[in-house]
Amino acid sequence: MGRRVLVTGLSTFWGGRVAQALEQDPGVDVIVGLDTEEPTVELQRTEYVRADQSYSILSRLVKATRVDTILHTFLVVDSTRSTGRRLHENNVIGTMNLLAAAGAADSSVRSLVVKSSTLVYGASHRDPYWFREATPRTSPARTRVERSLLEVEDYLSDFADDNPHVTVSLLRFANVLGPDIRTPLSRLLDLPVVPAIAGFDPLLQFVEEHDVVRAILHVMGREIPGIFNVAGDGRLPWSECAAICGRRIAPVLPPFGAERLLAAFERFTELPPELLSLLRYGRGIDNTRLTSTGFRYTCTSAGAVDSWAKAARLRHTVGEDPGYRWERDVESFFRTSSAVVRDDPAR
Amino acid sequence: MVEGERGGALVPLRPAEAGAPDLADPRRSDVDCWGRSERARALCRLLYDPVYRHWFRAEWEGLEKIPAGGGALLVANHAAAIPSDAPVIMHGIESELQRPVYALADFLFRQAPVVGTVWSRVGGVAAHPDNAYRLLREQNELVLVFPEGTKGTAKTYAERYRLRRFGRGGFVEIAMRAGVPIVPIAVVGAEESMPTMFRSPALAKLLGLPYFPVTANQLLLGPLLGLVGYFPAKFKLRVLDPVRLDVAPDQERYSKSRVMDASEGIRVSIQEALYDMLRDRRSVWFG
Repeated sequence: MGRRVLVTGLSTFWGGRVAQALEQDPGVDVIVGLDTEEPTVELQRTEYVRADQSYSILSRLVKATRVDTILHTFLVVDSTRSTGRRLHENNVIGTMNLLAAAGAADSSVRSLVVKSSTLVYGASHRDPYWFREATPRTSPARTRVERSLLEVEDYLSDFADDNPHVTVSLLRFANVLGPDIRTPLSRLLDLPVVPAIAGFDPLLQFVEEHDVVRAILHVMGREIPGIFNVAGDGRLPWSECAAICGRRIAPVLPPFGAERLLAAFERFTELPPELLSLLRYGRGIDNTRLTSTGFRYTCTSAGAVDSWAKAARLRHTVGEDPGYRWERDVESFFRTSSAVVRDDPAR
Repeated sequence: MVEGERGGALVPLRPAEAGAPDLADPRRSDVDCWGRSERARALCRLLYDPVYRHWFRAEWEGLEKIPAGGGALLVANHAAAIPSDAPVIMHGIESELQRPVYALADFLFRQAPVVGTVWSRVGGVAAHPDNAYRLLREQNELVLVFPEGTKGTAKTYAERYRLRRFGRGGFVEIAMRAGVPIVPIAVVGAEESMPTMFRSPALAKLLGLPYFPVTANQLLLGPLLGLVGYFPAKFKLRVLDPVRLDVAPDQERYSKSRVMDASEGIRVSIQEALYDMLRDRRSVWFG
C-alpha cells in the first residue's frame, strides 16, 4: 500500500512544486492539497481542498482521508507576502491546528515534514560563521516572521516529544534562488543596480529551488526524524551575487538606522525587515547533517545564484511566462469526465 | 503506475550525480567562506611589508617553535590603542613560515562599516568558539588570539606590559576541545607604538565602544593622522615553548580548575618573558 500524503499550502510555490513531484512518485497513492486559494500550478491527481486561514478544517480532513504523511509547506517566511495578523494566523495558529489534527488519539499520521527557514537563526555580529542545527541564535528575534517561526518550532518540538510514534522532520532552508521563485532577494538582484548597506558586503548562502523540493522528498521518503539545515555549499559576498547577475551593488542603504528608514518607506519597497540584518552580517549554514543522511545537492550557493541569473536573462529577452490558471470546471473535466481516456482504471 | 509517462514530467527533478559531488560553482570573486580574499591579502602584504621591515623592524626569536603543520593556537599579549601587534604577528608568520594565520578579533569589528569588511577580507575572523574550533580541529590552521581582549588594548601608557586577566580561560578550553597545542608569544614594542595617554569613559559609552582612548599619536599628529600614524617602536617577538594540554579532545566539558590553571600558567609565562625582554631592552626605538 502506498503512502497517503497531505500537502498544506498547495497554492503556494512550494506546495504546488512538492505536489507535482509527489505525483511522479508511484509510491504515493493519494495526494490531498489544502490551501485558502486555488492552486497555481497544473496538477494531475492531487485533490484540492479549500480551507480557511487557520486550517480549522484539518482534523476533519485528516480523519476522513486517513493520510499517513503531512508535508507542511505553508509557513510564510517572507513578510512582504502577508500582513502581520495574517502571518501569525497562518504560521502559528495554522501549525497548531495541524499538530492538533496529527496528534489526535486515533490519528493515522506517522510522518510529518515541516518546511521552516534559517531565519530562525537570525543574523547578528555575534554569530558564529556557521550555524549547526543545535547552535542557538545570538540575538533576540525582532521581526514578526522570525518570532512566528520560532513559536512554530517550539510547538513542533513539543509535538515530537509527545508523539514518539510520529517521525517529525524539520527542514530549515537557507534563502532560495532559482529560475521560477520570486523572493525579496531575487527582486533586489533584478534591479538595475543592486541595493546594499553601505560599508557591508555580507557572505550569503543559498539553496536552489529544485534542491528544496528534493530535500523535502528525501526526508519524507526515508522518514528521517530531526532538524536539518538545507543550504548549498559555499558562501559568497552580496557583491558577487550581483556580479553573477551582471549587476553592480550600490550602497544606498545607510549603515546605521536602515531599519527606521525602511519602516518609513515600507509601502514603497519590497525589502522586508528580516532581510536587513542578513544584508549586514550574512549567515552561514552548516549543511553536513543532511548530506550525511545521503542527500546530494545539485547546486552550490553560487550555482543557485547563477540558476536565477540565467532565468532572469531569458525573461528579459522573451518576457514573462503567462503562467497557469486553475479552473475548477476544466480540472474536474480531466479528472471525472468519461470522455477522458485513462490508463489506470482504478483512478 | 505510469503517471510520469502520461503527462510527462511537469517538474523534471534533476537526478543528483552519485559519487563525486563535482558541482559547477560559478564563482566570480576569490572570497572564501571565512570572508578572506587572497588577492586582497596579497595586496595588503605588499603594502605592509615595508612597515613590518623598516618601520617596526620586527625581530623574531624561537620562530621554529611554531608547528609547521597541524593546528595550533597562538596566544599573545595585546597592546596599543589600535592594536599594532596583530598585523606584525600575522605578517611575520605568514612571510617567514608561509602558513596562513587566522586572527580572532572581537565581534564588535563586524559592526563597523567598511573596516569590518576590509578586516575580514584580509584575514580577521570573529572570535566565536565555534569558529576557532572549526579552524583548529577541522582545518588544521594557525589561529591567533589575544586573551586579554580589549582590556589589553585599553591600558594606558602607565600600565604598559602588565598583562590583564586572560578572560575566563576560554582559549584554553578551545585548545582542549580541538586537541591542539597552545603557543605563547611575548611581544615587545606594541605598547610604545601607540600609547594611550588617557581614556574617556563618557565618550566610549556615547559611541558604544569598549573604550575611547586619547593617544600620544593623536596629540602629536592630530586626531585623524594619529589613528594610523604609529610611532616607530622596535618590535621584538619571542615564541615560547608550546604548551600541550593532556586531555582528550571533543569533550562536552572540561574541568574549570584545569582550564584556569593552564590559562594562568600561560599568562605568567608570557609576563615573565616580557620582563626578561624588557630587562635586555636598551632603547624603545632601537631595541
